[in-house]
Amino acid sequence: MNTVIQVVFFIISTIILGGALLTVTARNLVHAALWLIAAFFGIGALYLLMQAEFAAVVQVLIYVGAIAVLVLFAIMLTPDLAGESDTPIFRHRWMALVVAAALFGILIVPTVWNHQWSIYTPLEGSIVQVAAAREVGTAFMREYVLPFELASVLLLAALIGAIVIGIDDGTRQRILTLAEEFRLRQKPKD
Amino acid sequence: MTTITDAIPLSWILVLAGALFCIGLFGVLTRRNAVGVLLGVELMLNAVNINLIAFWRYLEPHLVAGQVFALFVVVVAAAEAAVGLALIISLYRARQTVNVDQADALQG
Repeated sequence: MNTVIQVVFFIISTIILGGALLTVTARNLVHAALWLIAAFFGIGALYLLMQAEFAAVVQVLIYVGAIAVLVLFAIMLTPDLAGESDTPIFRHRWMALVVAAALFGILIVPTVWNHQWSIYTPLEGSIVQVAAAREVGTAFMREYVLPFELASVLLLAALIGAIVIGIDDGTRQRILTLAEEFRLRQKPKD
Repeated sequence: MTTITDAIPLSWILVLAGALFCIGLFGVLTRRNAVGVLLGVELMLNAVNINLIAFWRYLEPHLVAGQVFALFVVVVAAAEAAVGLALIISLYRARQTVNVDQADALQG
């Protein structure tokens, strides 16, 4: 049984890390967003493996359902008009690689390996109580009710803020539809 | 019943989350497109969430604090993504570009 869990963990890790690597290296931004969805699904599967089923459902609903679609819309609404395709997509590539690799290899891995984690050890024969979605829901309505309400206020503020920032004031050019965008791109070739 | 805590040490999951965080950091540092930068930020936030859920599962599975905290991180990440993408669209409308190197002026 342990081997099965380990194999599942390695498959999930491969999906997460592979998706993340392709997200940051893909030249086409739409491909990058689709690889990000794959990584999000892998993270949701990891939550399920850790018996956090509510977090897994939230991960799929919020990240795969909402944020990924939002990102795809943003990519399609901001096409590359200024002809930036001749400038390289990435900058400071080697410096960033050194920084990220050093953070991982020098700081994170030695810290994690050299620390004694005080793992929760249940008494012999007793069953570990894992808080399920029911307990999480109860906690949201009882001891975490104030942060819960604050979170809804934050979401409302973000909603109104995004509309105010993104709204067209009528004086400037509006966001083109995809059909208008296509026509605009066709023109120079005529 | 065998669970993940018997099969996999906590440090494996922490190293996985650390790797994910560093990949996200690489994306934030290298992408020129503002949407690409935001994708890297999302990866970093997810790495932190994996850590929160892992600590909850291994250290105090009978409590709910870890899961609740991870869910609040998700809420803040959703708000951040919505406002960030609205800012990118606003920048595109003003400057016709989403290149973070060209968004270098504070005045419109």
